[in-house]
Amino acid sequence: MYSEKVMDHFQNPRNVGEIENASGVGTVGNAKCGDIMRIYLDIDDSGIIRDVKFKTFGCGAAVATSSMATELVKGKTVQEALEITNQAVMEALDGLPSQKVHCSLLAEEAIHAALWDYAEKHNIKIEGLEKPKSDVGEHEEEEEY
Amino acid sequence: MDKLIYMDNAATTATRPEVVEAMMPYFSQYYGNPSSLYALAEDSRTAIDKARDIITDSIGAEQYVTNTGTRDHKKYDIYFTAGGTEADNWAIISTAEAYESKGKHIITSAIEHHAVLHACQYLQKRGWDVTYLGVDSDGVIDLDELESAIRDDTVLVSIMFANNEIGTLQPVREIGAITKKHGVLFHTDAVQAYCQVPINVDELGIDMMSASAHKLYGPKGIGFLYIRKGLKTKSFIHGGAQERKRRAGTENVPGIVGFGKAVEIGMATMAARLENETALRNRLIDRITSEIDYVQLNGPRENRLPGNANFVFRFIESETILLDLNQLGICASSGSACTSGSLDPSHVLLACGIPHEYANGSVRLTLGHANTQEEVDFVVDSLKEIVEKWRLRSPLYEDFIKKQKKGAQ
Repeated sequence: MYSEKVMDHFQNPRNVGEIENASGVGTVGNAKCGDIMRIYLDIDDSGIIRDVKFKTFGCGAAVATSSMATELVKGKTVQEALEITNQAVMEALDGLPSQKVHCSLLAEEAIHAALWDYAEKHNIKIEGLEKPKSDVGEHEEEEEY
Repeated sequence: MDKLIYMDNAATTATRPEVVEAMMPYFSQYYGNPSSLYALAEDSRTAIDKARDIITDSIGAEQYVTNTGTRDHKKYDIYFTAGGTEADNWAIISTAEAYESKGKHIITSAIEHHAVLHACQYLQKRGWDVTYLGVDSDGVIDLDELESAIRDDTVLVSIMFANNEIGTLQPVREIGAITKKHGVLFHTDAVQAYCQVPINVDELGIDMMSASAHKLYGPKGIGFLYIRKGLKTKSFIHGGAQERKRRAGTENVPGIVGFGKAVEIGMATMAARLENETALRNRLIDRITSEIDYVQLNGPRENRLPGNANFVFRFIESETILLDLNQLGICASSGSACTSGSLDPSHVLLACGIPHEYANGSVRLTLGHANTQEEVDFVVDSLKEIVEKWRLRSPLYEDFIKKQKKGAQ
């Protein structure tokens, strides 16, 4: 079902974890649809992404696309990171099954959301970046099982 | 463990070697078409009769006898089909059509297999009215709700014997009594239950019953529909005069022979399997629910199929667990194999009131006769590691823990 690259990134996800006091954090997706991605960016004063981490709730493709997306933005400038599309993420993974393409869109959105958070925190405007949709959470969280 | 651990017996089972052995001569040695005249065909006919007798007796269906006291193989209530899906489709669609003049209302439940649900939807598009009964959190229908749903124009109630995802056993005897009282036909999809738990169609008031061989260590591509004597039905597959003109098509002789053999072994071993699988299932459930946090058992604790266990591991999506289990040689599923191509959470779990976000994290483990305690323990130990690993990578778990810490301060 999945390519070797997808399975590799699923089994050995790169950059998994959190960054304390991150420059920007973006969370996209919702638990109802089955995928949530959170990306943490550490961006230096010259606007270069020094470090990136992620956490994902989702299927194998969601994990692999998050992992690959973090690999693609690491060391890049903010502007370069903004230009990374879901298509690029998918190609880097040697493709995804058709019903899993939405996972790669989520990875692109997660990067954008983290960049938006960074821009807001630092009072800067990133050309071409739009405000991300927010609709996250495990809605029934209060309920205990 | 290097060996494959198969815990998806609700999806299908390994055909028993004895069954394969019984089937083999009917491919190239006794290959005659049962409808033909010559002696070679007689071998095929005899083999079908023998298998049908075994199956007839296994569910307490009527045994027809000739004047001389031998079994009358011209009369029977077991009709072979290509599997459970065909049997379900036939029972619902053809019965609805046969009783159209009485009324066009059918009652079923929200947790049926798609072979029933989609057949009902097919009828709805053609003017039938279908009531889908809800279920409680364990997946059991409400008998009062069933009785009050029966109308003058109701012709059929179709409720599954046991659920394929969460293993819930329905109160079949009570359903049989209610339908009988109101003069409504009762069909049950017993694909998961047949040969796993005792079934007697007369005692339980079942008018039609679907079953499939590959769920009970028989071959794929063969099933049956039991149709009680005197009941009207129309042909579902049109063509030749096979199966008392009710199901056309040359009989799948090797499949039927294999089905008969699987049932013969299945009935002889049922009590022992039931005891063994129940004990293993209970160990699986006890260990998982006590050794892993934030886990929920789906379906009832006791009133379920002996081999079925179904869990929700919160904060993790099923597929990540299944892929990791696969890496360890463990075959499990998130729910029905028939819906694994779909991204939607299980309609069964949603009907039980389990929220969408939890339903995405369901894992079904279904045991068979070959599973051992060692395997159960290995699966539990593996799941503990997998769940812990993926929770540390889950943003939902991170939020949950942070929230808890805040609450504790």
